[in-house]
Amino acid sequence: MRLNELSSRLSQWFCSESPLSDIVISSRIRLARNLAGHKFISRCDDREKQEILQTLKDAILSLDLLGDIFFVDIAGGSGLERDLLIERQLISRNLAAGKGPRGVVIATNELFAAQINEEDHLRLAVFAAGLNLDKCWQRINDIDDAIGRKIEYAFSPKLGFLTACPTNLGSGIRVSVMVHLPGLKMTDQLKKLFEAAKDMNLAIRGLFGEGTEAVGDFFQISNQVTLGISEEKTVEDFMTLIIPKIVEYERLARDRLMVKDANILDDKISRALALLKSARLISSHEAMFLLSNLRMGVNMGRIKEISIDTINELFLLTQPAHLQINKGQNLDPEQRDILRAETLRAKLN
Amino acid sequence: MQCNICKTRTATVHLTEIIDGQRTESHLCQSCAQKEGITIKSQLSLNELLGSLIAAHQQPDEQGRGEAEKSCPVCGMTMEIFRKQALLGCPKDYEIFERNLQVIIEKAHDGNLTHKGKIPGGISTSTNSVESQTASSSDTTKDKKEIKTENEMDSTHSASSGQAGSPRVKELEKQLEQAVRNEDYELAAKLRDQLKAMQ
Ligand SMILES: [Zn+2]
Ligand SMILES: [Zn+2]
Repeated sequence: MRLNELSSRLSQWFCSESPLSDIVISSRIRLARNLAGHKFISRCDDREKQEILQTLKDAILSLDLLGDIFFVDIAGGSGLERDLLIERQLISRNLAAGKGPRGVVIATNELFAAQINEEDHLRLAVFAAGLNLDKCWQRINDIDDAIGRKIEYAFSPKLGFLTACPTNLGSGIRVSVMVHLPGLKMTDQLKKLFEAAKDMNLAIRGLFGEGTEAVGDFFQISNQVTLGISEEKTVEDFMTLIIPKIVEYERLARDRLMVKDANILDDKISRALALLKSARLISSHEAMFLLSNLRMGVNMGRIKEISIDTINELFLLTQPAHLQINKGQNLDPEQRDILRAETLRAKLN
Repeated sequence: MQCNICKTRTATVHLTEIIDGQRTESHLCQSCAQKEGITIKSQLSLNELLGSLIAAHQQPDEQGRGEAEKSCPVCGMTMEIFRKQALLGCPKDYEIFERNLQVIIEKAHDGNLTHKGKIPGGISTSTNSVESQTASSSDTTKDKKEIKTENEMDSTHSASSGQAGSPRVKELEKQLEQAVRNEDYELAAKLRDQLKAMQ
């Protein structure tokens, strides 16, 4: 089965050889689209949702520019499968928790996903490792054009692409960049970053954590304004202004730590490695936190014997659904903590 | 603050509802909020809250008031349902509730009201609408990144009038937005009343 193949390997967008990859983990662009002549999801009965699902699925599966793709029925799948796709960021919690006919078309290389009947009829997403939004935009623009020639989108010349929530109206574009900011965290500068982001109409949310709290200093930075700004301008702002600035601040913070607090830094990193190498029970929260510190240590050259790819791989493999699918059975939290610790020891020792 | 329902856990979800000018607040913990069917989407709830605050202080014009009575013939959507779920029911709703939505759209998109960007199927499919669209959108194109200096802020003060969309109203709306973001509902209510008085 396809999902099993996914669970044992690293996502391509999570690879280390990419622009600014010590700080910028991945880039993603999402487009929100709806079919003309149908109600939005919240007012659809199951029959209409089924119709929409079929129309969009047929249109996307018949495209020849997508390479190897497959469809996952989310309404019919198991909870564990849905969790796996959430952990790999291929579907949203919203789609997993939804009701009625819905699904996702995924590229085998995991660089493309089309969620059907999420908040909007169609949520296209393209991913890339590192800071690579230009490439993402080119790709998703082509895919969107191709789909737009097969079906009719709900569109108004004045308001642009019409979406279920007015906050996505217009271009329907959401540009998101995942960054690792342990330096800003350790030097107590995250609050400043959040303030600046608010002024620039950006949203920042923690990743891998529950709710808004970030575990392990990973953050996703996204645009919020989708009306009155072209897609190119939004992408350009991220590529030339927003992300380079954040990267610069994070590097400065790291440099300062090396000069002023090298002992504290090395202590944090060494403790993280020691715990990960020897723990017998470890929660996913603690694992994320320690892996984050370890990742910083490797990127700052304080630890030489472990590769970033190994750490990235462990971020995925130690998450609950990944552990269970790779083990081939359901596990309770304590069994998961044991298996997580085993997985970490095996990879790091 | 304690949760209004279970009275044990800490309230982390704060709801302000304004019905007929009466403000009611409820404070719930995460799990009671979930039981009540309140889903927490941070972006959405902020916009929702703003929407309801702004809708409450704005004396709607005739068209706006007319819209509030309507329901969409396609999907049955009303402004009341929209305020609750923050999701529209069909593309037609954007026409039917145009006036009411305009305020919310402007808030969510940094004052912009006109689409700029691609059209379905790529540029090649309909040259006409591309031309008309770029013509109309270039009028409203503004550089939103500029930061006002204190002096400029002052000059907008003196030029203020009570008209909707005037600099003074805009500034109060900005403060209102900030107050909501900071969850300072007392200040938000005060600002809302000030805005109301200006109309
Ligand atoms: Zn409670
Ligand atoms: Zn409708």
